[in-house]
Amino acid sequence: MEWLALSADEWNAVRLSIKVSTWATIVSLPLGIGIAWLLARRDFWGKSVLNGIVHLPLILPPVVTGYLLLLTFGRRGPVGSFLEDYFGIVFSFRWTGAALACGVMAFPLMVRAIRLSIEMIDRKLEAAAGTLGANPAWTFATITLPLMLPGIIAGMILAFAKAMGEFGATITFVSNIPGETQTLPSAIYTFTQVPGGDLGALRLTLVSVAIAMLALVASEILARRVSRRLDLE
Amino acid sequence: MTLSVNVRHRQGEFTVDAAFESRGRLTALFGQSGSGKSTLVNIIAGLIRPDEGRVEVDDRVLSDSKAGRFVPTHQRRIGYVFQDARLFPHLSVAQNLAFGRWFTPTADRYVDQRSVVDLLGIGNLLDRRPAMLSGGEKSRVAIGRALLASPKLMLMDEPFASLDEARKAEIFPYIERLRDELNIPIVYVSHSVAEVARLATDVVVLASGRVQSSGPAPAVLSQANVLPEADRAEAGALVELELVEADDGYGLSLLHSSGGEWRLPHVDAPPGAKLRARVRARDVMLATERPAGISALNVLAGTVAEITEAGPAEVVVSIASGHDLIPARITRRSLQTLGLTPGAPAFALVKSITLTEATRAPANGG
Repeated sequence: MEWLALSADEWNAVRLSIKVSTWATIVSLPLGIGIAWLLARRDFWGKSVLNGIVHLPLILPPVVTGYLLLLTFGRRGPVGSFLEDYFGIVFSFRWTGAALACGVMAFPLMVRAIRLSIEMIDRKLEAAAGTLGANPAWTFATITLPLMLPGIIAGMILAFAKAMGEFGATITFVSNIPGETQTLPSAIYTFTQVPGGDLGALRLTLVSVAIAMLALVASEILARRVSRRLDLE
Repeated sequence: MTLSVNVRHRQGEFTVDAAFESRGRLTALFGQSGSGKSTLVNIIAGLIRPDEGRVEVDDRVLSDSKAGRFVPTHQRRIGYVFQDARLFPHLSVAQNLAFGRWFTPTADRYVDQRSVVDLLGIGNLLDRRPAMLSGGEKSRVAIGRALLASPKLMLMDEPFASLDEARKAEIFPYIERLRDELNIPIVYVSHSVAEVARLATDVVVLASGRVQSSGPAPAVLSQANVLPEADRAEAGALVELELVEADDGYGLSLLHSSGGEWRLPHVDAPPGAKLRARVRARDVMLATERPAGISALNVLAGTVAEITEAGPAEVVVSIASGHDLIPARITRRSLQTLGLTPGAPAFALVKSITLTEATRAPANGG
């Protein structure tokens, strides 16, 4: 069973992937909720454009998305240079860039799941909260948000899973640097490119499967608990 | 309390154009479905902003299109019991009840959870989720939730439309207690004459978005011509009664009105209780002399106050008896045979059997 033990580099890739995916999921969550709410509830000029932009990463080849990120968030890109000059935030060839690429790629999935759950909420319940004295912000916090919870959980799990598997945009944007931007898929890809890398690729594949299964089971349990709480079963 | 509404609002093809004022403890907005009752209630609650007009509760202007004033719903302090209860599914009954309290400043709270729970008999439900409640229980919790926000006005939009008669009969006593024991004015939407006759102190009759008639319940409900076509047969007097004897030995109760003695199917109340009975105009017979040898137990002496047309073959003759005005729906032929004219003495005859159970009369004042 020795062959199952992960090398230090492989462990790094696993840890990095989890870190990148977690950050990508958590940081994009508030934005995802906000945009899902806008798309579900508001009518405004440019709504279909916003909807299109959100969904673009789902349709574009990941390499194109990665290249667009490189153009905008790279060191010499308009947003990238601005962030570096004023905030000292650098994305290119850093794990943060990998998180950004994963977040962008997973964003449409997250928004779709959350948006669906918002559209399922009976707005009459919000009107009822208003008659009881809750202003719109409180109504959102005490009624809308808890009722959205199943959608938020589903969106987060989907986004996390997508981020774990993201390859094309990440490798295009931040390359494949061991210890910094080499996530699980990149590491597997690298193993397949070198002679004798089969065992490493297999080990990491097993790890990927295990993580995916864990995420699925966790989402099942969470979703069941939430829906039992909401009596939607 | 004064509720004053004068609004115009267009919703697609439908226009509500209604003005009324009420000081009643329980004002019923009565009309068939599509008459604009719910729109009007939603305007009072601030869930709909009217195109034009004013809404005022006591001296507080809630909405005034001329002054550009519109108080948002959450600042109106108006409790709303919805037709579909609308309990929050993710909260327990106790949390649902506490919801509005949260947003009520301590100084404005006039009810506490325990007294509301007792009043509505929902103490055993507190830990449950709304999905685990029956229809009647949901209604009571919804009433409690609205009440615990200490509202200045309660709106009830056919809160029991989805309940069967037995469940409704269970809940009405709670509404009566609300009306008589807590000093909150209630606006109650209904399309049922029986419900209105039982609960209302004042009635506003709506038809196609307009007010047909408004005023004290006994006066409005005795005018058949302002009620919707389908309900005209239900028109009649609301007689205020005082219980003298709960059981006269024949399973009937003896009561007094200002016009005389009544015998009704058994009433379960202590002597001296103030009650109200609905006497449908079609169930009243008239005689010019006190009849003898007749089975009808209620014979009330009075004088003809008014004669109104009620169709090709029928008229409604209103008999003033004590403080009550008892309309009788009779044929034109009988009118001629009896030779009834305004001012003439007459006797109104009512079979006890036709009287539905007497219900608690609204407390005076308020």
